[in-house]
Amino acid sequence: MKVTLIDYGAGNVPSVERALRRLGEQVETTSAAEQIAAARCLVLPGVGHCAALIAALDAHSLRQPIRKAIESGAAFLGICLGLQALYESSEEAAELQSLGILPGRVTRLPETVKLPHMGWNTLKAIRPSRLLDSIPADSYFYFAHSFAAPASGNESAATCIHGREFIAVLEKENIYGVQFHPEKSGAAGAQVLRNFLRAAA
Amino acid sequence: MSLARRIIPCLDTDGVRVVKGVHFEGLRDAGDPVELATRYNAEGADELVVLDIAAARDNRPTFLETIRRTAEQLTIPLTAGGGIRSLEAARAVVRAGADKITVNTAAVHRPELLSELSAEFGAQAVVLAIDAKRAGHRWQVHVRGGRESTNLDALEWARRGVQMGAGEILLTSVDRDGTQSGFDTALTAAISKAVSVPVIASGGAKLPAHFLEVFTQGAADAALAASIFHDHVQSIRGLKEFLRSNGVVVRLPC
Repeated sequence: MKVTLIDYGAGNVPSVERALRRLGEQVETTSAAEQIAAARCLVLPGVGHCAALIAALDAHSLRQPIRKAIESGAAFLGICLGLQALYESSEEAAELQSLGILPGRVTRLPETVKLPHMGWNTLKAIRPSRLLDSIPADSYFYFAHSFAAPASGNESAATCIHGREFIAVLEKENIYGVQFHPEKSGAAGAQVLRNFLRAAA
Repeated sequence: MSLARRIIPCLDTDGVRVVKGVHFEGLRDAGDPVELATRYNAEGADELVVLDIAAARDNRPTFLETIRRTAEQLTIPLTAGGGIRSLEAARAVVRAGADKITVNTAAVHRPELLSELSAEFGAQAVVLAIDAKRAGHRWQVHVRGGRESTNLDALEWARRGVQMGAGEILLTSVDRDGTQSGFDTALTAAISKAVSVPVIASGGAKLPAHFLEVFTQGAADAALAASIFHDHVQSIRGLKEFLRSNGVVVRLPC
């Protein structure tokens, strides 16, 4: 199966591409609307500032193609900012609208803890998860972010706590997301990607 | 559930080979960066730092190639730096495969560089390296690989750097670097308390007890070392098992 990797200039596109290729996948890295709309397996990586991601998606007119791919049943995986972009808006760029595919708002983690939330953390399972299938419950994943989506939505399959609880693994029909970086999370991260590809197949 | 303290091996390179020296001087060859990176990735390192300590100018093509080859082998985050003075130079390093960029001397000379990097890559990708040396009751910032002193106070510079956009501080004690006499926990605790971002302690590590001390008394979020890992004085796994048995949260991959 071919994986379509949305390349809008985010810093982690090459490492996500490397991680997918390591799993033996054929990867199409693109910012072309037609290819994205027609994708069967779509990955939106992201790291950095939310406004940069939204601006880049708009610059390439990618809102509609992403929505179209998801509505036509393509498996979608949002990584870090790519997960956050699924919601309506983010406190990080309050004046901008995100993709709005899921209800809710991304907010900053509390100042009571060190930010960015940087490093390896464990997850709290909310319900059985396809992405976390066969991964030991005490596994660590690599996070690097200061903003996060709410833990309370019914799309939450697993959460993480840093200052407050937030969504770490998102699963809603064909829409998947992870707040951590599977491409930087060692063997456990590789298994998350493998599980996504299996769910997409 | 809580955030694990990180153990970070550092590869000081001359651009191509890993080198070792005491107090940034008398360099000796210590191996191939790709081989060492592969070993540390497998042994449970939480991140890896690769520095071009001989860089006198931006973007040496040989170092970019080293970053590329190293990133190829890693499934953990990679920080790269040494001689990065411009946004353009940082872009090349990120394109080569680094997840984070570390800047030191160039940020002291032109703090706006931190804001430029942060705007482009996000604060989580900007590591401000500070080389600090005790001067009476304070710590003075040094530049050029620790060789040259400045008038900057390390605490003030750390706070300013975070305001300008740094998302992490890589703090090296010039006094302890290369001595294997333990981290400067007083310095680390002072900086960790002064800023809202994670602090990586560096300089002076040898014994597992040194790491325990810098995580407990020094309030470090991560600890970095080089030669003790290169020379097999300390294994990463053994170190983490020691820390865990002493109540420090660490990630032990199976």
